[in-house]
Amino acid sequence: MTFFEELSKIFPVDRLLTDKEMLSPYESDGLTAFAVTPRGVVIPETQEEVIEVVKICAQHKVPFVSRGSGTSLSGGTLPVENGIVIALNRLNRIVELDPKRRVAVVEPGVINLDVTKAAQPHGLHFAPDPSSQIICTIGGNIAFNSGGAHCLKYGMTANHVLGMKVVLATGEVVEFGGDSLENNGPDYHGLFCGSEGLFGVVLESTLRLLPKAEKFHTVLVGYDSTEKAGDAVSAIVASGILPGAMEIMDRLAIDAAEAAVDAGYPKDAKSVLIVELEGPTEQVESERKELDKILEASGPLELQVAKDAAARLKIWKGRKSAFSAVGRLSPDFIVQDGVVPRKRLGEALRRIEEISQKHGLRVANVFHAGDGNLHPLILYDGTVEGELERGEALAGEILEMCIEMGGSITGEHGVGMEKRAYLPKMFSDLDIEFLMETRKAFDPDQIANPGKMFPEGQAPSLTLYGLHPLEKKGIASRH
Amino acid sequence: MFAPSKIEDVAEFVGDSDHVVHIGNGTKFPLDSPSPPNLSLSGLSGIVEYEPSEYTITALAGTPLKEINEALLEHNQYLPFDPPLVEAGATLGGTIACGLSGPGRIRYGGLRDFLIGVRFVDGNGHVLQGGGKVVKNAAGFDYPKFLCGSKGRLGVIVETTFKVFPRPMDSRTLLLSFKTLDEALNALIDVTLTTWDPDAIELDPINKQILLRLCGNTDALNARMPAIQKYFSKTASNIQLLIHAEEIWRGLNEYAWRPRNSTLVKIPTTPTAIPSMEAKLAHISEHRRYSMAGNLALITLSHSDKASTSDVELFGNLSLNADHVIGPTLANLLPHTALEAAIHDRIELTFDPHQKFHSVDPGQ
Repeated sequence: MTFFEELSKIFPVDRLLTDKEMLSPYESDGLTAFAVTPRGVVIPETQEEVIEVVKICAQHKVPFVSRGSGTSLSGGTLPVENGIVIALNRLNRIVELDPKRRVAVVEPGVINLDVTKAAQPHGLHFAPDPSSQIICTIGGNIAFNSGGAHCLKYGMTANHVLGMKVVLATGEVVEFGGDSLENNGPDYHGLFCGSEGLFGVVLESTLRLLPKAEKFHTVLVGYDSTEKAGDAVSAIVASGILPGAMEIMDRLAIDAAEAAVDAGYPKDAKSVLIVELEGPTEQVESERKELDKILEASGPLELQVAKDAAARLKIWKGRKSAFSAVGRLSPDFIVQDGVVPRKRLGEALRRIEEISQKHGLRVANVFHAGDGNLHPLILYDGTVEGELERGEALAGEILEMCIEMGGSITGEHGVGMEKRAYLPKMFSDLDIEFLMETRKAFDPDQIANPGKMFPEGQAPSLTLYGLHPLEKKGIASRH
Repeated sequence: MFAPSKIEDVAEFVGDSDHVVHIGNGTKFPLDSPSPPNLSLSGLSGIVEYEPSEYTITALAGTPLKEINEALLEHNQYLPFDPPLVEAGATLGGTIACGLSGPGRIRYGGLRDFLIGVRFVDGNGHVLQGGGKVVKNAAGFDYPKFLCGSKGRLGVIVETTFKVFPRPMDSRTLLLSFKTLDEALNALIDVTLTTWDPDAIELDPINKQILLRLCGNTDALNARMPAIQKYFSKTASNIQLLIHAEEIWRGLNEYAWRPRNSTLVKIPTTPTAIPSMEAKLAHISEHRRYSMAGNLALITLSHSDKASTSDVELFGNLSLNADHVIGPTLANLLPHTALEAAIHDRIELTFDPHQKFHSVDPGQ
């Protein structure tokens, strides 16, 4: 039997897509500059169906890319042209939610925010909160170890995954970890988080839930420069306060957010800083006194304190909509995800401004200031000859800067398709070879999400400049 | 025993050796190894880089936890997961290899969550890197997490980078006594669902007592404690605010309750599984505690207890996922199923193609 004959034994025609027009929604993810048409898309509804598909892929050595909502900003779920896409959105059951153990057992297609919604009646929530949380899925959060605004205090997705059931690319089904905070033996579920889909497919995961904080104190501060916002962050850190979140946005990002959601951000500020304290009421009140002093001394233009839950949500809505809002300022944009040591944030911003001017493209900055994670949004118009290439060159220079400063090329979006050319700048040849060997222990035929994370051989065409090799072959196209 | 002070020398030694059994300061040895150690990491010691403003510290693997804690204290920072055996002399590398966290693990995360970068020597003698030196980093596979609990079988950890946090200003400890274990367990679960942000919840199932630690600013704790004490007035038979609690926590951190020469075993669990755990464990161990809000059973075995049966059989028969922490025992309790073992064998071959770190289980 051929590969597709075997698939059609399991999937009815409406869940095994092969027509070109049916495949088009799956050609791209959040990194819209690339598109690849896969050979087909399967839409399983049960874990057993996922296992069967992976087994058939393993048998025929056909590559597969599993995907949820396709929000990856690093091209992590870009299809491969000789493979299939396994769309996991219908595996969206919350299998169990136990407040006593404070765990939720969920399938990979469950939307991030839906975990918190289900936990809310028990006063609990799922801490990782990527900006795309209203649409992104837990499977993708695990594959790329997603972060969010509250990572400094609570950590990334991996810190909240206690165990998982996975089907390896070999078709083997195995469980790692469990429902306890603790684990014996090597931490396989920790290794799987952030493995970018290169080992197999997560069928079910056990997530840690935390009580929702009793009290929030959310402040929005406007400054006449981004440096002042950065200095305020340094002063807060030096004081020993551990805020739940510290976020900075520059003028261009503020404009975008205001245009999109009218969050009430200061009109004349060059930057805004959002600081959120959270915890028991008395603790937050105590820290607030200290925070007030620090912020008063930081030379703010304007200071807004969220008076109630609605005001708090409004402040966050502006921040969380920033990426999509930038679409109002520019037809296309590239989101970067580099990390620099926190103390060098000011310097990093100055250099980004210089790089931006050099390439003649605007850059809006949104960043998780508490952990030095930058999200420069590089604005370009794909219809203007050469702008994408300039944008990519600009993005590349920012990544080089992050590495030079001792940071990372990615804080929370993963390497994916987008940054694989930069992996060798962070890791030695031996390190990369070892990463590849590790992958082969789980996926000897390298059929799970191939072409991501690793630079392919010594191929120079894998830089972000110029045509992608798939484009040269006429396989991929850019929007 | 070779005791190098440089990473390159460790790499060369591993490259040139057929068999490597490495050790830090020996606070937990012999772990699972039947052979005497031939590589000591106690000389590979010292803080490489400490950036209080970045919340990160990088140190060589043989650095004692005590030295780390003292350096952090100078800047009012700490490792929130309370790594154990500090006074005994435990090192960073040994703590990682054994996957050990302490009571504070419940608040912000465990060892696995605070270890953000490692350098390690694989079985080929190559020095490899996983993670990095910034608090947030998603590049490459998460070897730092994977090596937690690896028992030295995947390589020699040589350098580590941890995320650290500002140290809470103050703390309060309540000793809560209950009439029955069920009442204690209900109270424990209730506390985990409160918004108090508890820092440690330790259960003594034999005396039916809970130690509850809260951390924060002094004024905030003073304001909150009366309400918390009152909360337990209906359920607890006795509520005591401990004055010199540091000593008690230090003792727990050193497993001071463990009889000398006993074997200490850890078993991950959940608070709701404790009644069934108790039914199994009461027969095999007189000394046991539940750490981290009922997420880890710590039990001791005396030599005479297990004279007739190996630990592998003992825990296998009880269907318990157990691992040794300290003590004169040689059994390898991991992994558990044939498929896990097969996958683990493949991974071990990646890390250690010549099986240099592989130890033979004399029980098999």
